[in-house]
Amino acid sequence: MTTEATATSRDIDRSHMTVSQTDVAVEIIGMNKWFGDFHVLRDINLKVMKGERIVIAGPSGSGKSTLIRCINRLEEHQQGQIIVNGTELTSDLKRVDEVRREVGMVFQHFNLFPHLTILQNLTLAPIWVRGIAKDEAEQTAMKYLERVRIPEQALKFPGQLSGGQQQRVAIARSLCMSPQIMLFDEPTSALDPEMVKEVLEVMISLAEEGMTMLCVTHEMGFARQVANRVIFMDQGQIIEENEPDAFFSNPQHERTKLFLSQILH
Amino acid sequence: MNAQVRTEMAPALPPPRRTSGLILWLRQNLFATPTDTVLTIVGALFILWVGPPLVEFLLTKAVWPGGTVEDCRIEAAGACWAYIGARFNFFIYGFYPIAEYWRPNVVFALAALLIVPLAMPKAPYKLINALLFFVVLPVVTVVLLGGGWFGLRPVPTDQWGGLLVTLIISYVAILGSLPLGILLALGRQSNLPVIKTLCTAFIELWRAVPLITVLFMASIMLPLFLPQGTSIDKLLRALVGVTLFASAYMAEVIRGGLQAIPRGQYEAGASLGLGYWQRMGFIVLPQALKHVIPGIVNIFIALFKDTSLVSIVGIFDLLNTIQAGTSDTNWFSPHQAVTGYIFAAIIYWIFCFSMSRYSMFMERRLNTGHKR
Repeated sequence: MTTEATATSRDIDRSHMTVSQTDVAVEIIGMNKWFGDFHVLRDINLKVMKGERIVIAGPSGSGKSTLIRCINRLEEHQQGQIIVNGTELTSDLKRVDEVRREVGMVFQHFNLFPHLTILQNLTLAPIWVRGIAKDEAEQTAMKYLERVRIPEQALKFPGQLSGGQQQRVAIARSLCMSPQIMLFDEPTSALDPEMVKEVLEVMISLAEEGMTMLCVTHEMGFARQVANRVIFMDQGQIIEENEPDAFFSNPQHERTKLFLSQILH
Repeated sequence: MNAQVRTEMAPALPPPRRTSGLILWLRQNLFATPTDTVLTIVGALFILWVGPPLVEFLLTKAVWPGGTVEDCRIEAAGACWAYIGARFNFFIYGFYPIAEYWRPNVVFALAALLIVPLAMPKAPYKLINALLFFVVLPVVTVVLLGGGWFGLRPVPTDQWGGLLVTLIISYVAILGSLPLGILLALGRQSNLPVIKTLCTAFIELWRAVPLITVLFMASIMLPLFLPQGTSIDKLLRALVGVTLFASAYMAEVIRGGLQAIPRGQYEAGASLGLGYWQRMGFIVLPQALKHVIPGIVNIFIALFKDTSLVSIVGIFDLLNTIQAGTSDTNWFSPHQAVTGYIFAAIIYWIFCFSMSRYSMFMERRLNTGHKR
């Protein structure tokens, strides 16, 4: 795999990829988390501005998935602060739901609802969480299905789609809630090699529209093309952070150098 | 180089035609191996041994309605269906006043009219239909059967009986235990310690007690604890007892279904901002219940048959009226009791088998095929 292999070869339109200087999307201050006795995230400090595209890399077990799962509180942190769109995540369920409404998430295993059609998957949350009328929700859903280029699958069930199609549906499902931030948790790791590109294409076009994104991914080509920052984690800590070019050409930390030498050949 | 490299793509061909024919079928299914052959012969002999006498007893030598008790007393006579015909109303309505039979009949007709479209997935007006069946029908039943309103003569519940009571108890217990079981199963999985403990305690308590004990407690012990003068209807007490009993079992079956749902489903719901009840109602429960349809229907069927236990506290359900009928000296004949029990068995079988087939139909229908 080279750095460019799996990403798209087309030129990226950077005209809308602007990073806000003043608006903070996510702020994590002195955050710690334990799984039982295991200290999985250690003193995490991270500030993400609106419009930033951040790729989080690191060896398995380094805590990168746990970190982004803390941002919509699928995991609870025990110490420190996480502030998303100005709302601090606490045990107050109302605030948690408030944050989740504005933060979309795409999972490694898609997690589509297998008993609902694609269209129902897309309209469930807009109808019941946002209170949008069914017709309008379906129109929006079709718009996003066209965007991910599978409108013809609207009435099928998730099990009838390929992995790549399912993941695109999952992205469309998040977009239907018009989120301000998107979290991607290894969105291409469970896909057949031939299907990675179609998902990355959708993610790139999202980035081109200026979406704030945090992606845990091993797609270094994507990181190089789209990210404005790469964060490297090991043993529950952020040990390196840099712009993609510098990150790949001149890694500082020994662990980063080892990691890059393992995945780029 | 041993691989054949195609120069053009191979076309898709239809599958080879299935060879068929009676002889082939026999050879493949009945006489495939020596063991199969022996088993086939033994089975055929058994059928020859049991079949003809059974047909003789139940059909050819049976005394059909219209026959008299004398016909039934002939030594060679088979089943005494004439007796069933004569006491049919007793088996269906129990001691319900004969002049008021139209009231249970209306209830039966309404129930049948509502349950048929409800059971057909393609019939329209599902919501109204369900409301009528689950909410309006019970009210109509209580008013119509109990009487006391609209100039209807009151009929106390101890005069209700037969299949009518069996169906009422089953209806209430089945429809009550499902939602209660769902709530108990969710409660047992709750993060809130108080709710979790209460639900677990309830389930374990009711599962650890035999249904007969529950019915005895409800009908004999409970009145002792109530203040003098208050009395709760005996049938109602049995209904509550059976329903709570069944809901404990239901809860455990549903909990099994909940455990089969991958964590990702809960998480996907949560990440979209759906609240707890929305996640459960739209995402988790529809899948979990689908997984455990066989287990749920198993409980329904067991429940339908267990309603016969209420005879122990003096309620005249179907089996109890048939039991009582055996002491009817007007129809005293050698096969009077046996015919009664066969009749009971046939009725129980029809209802239980229908439930079983319907659940298989629903399983197939709800199967969207693929996990995740």
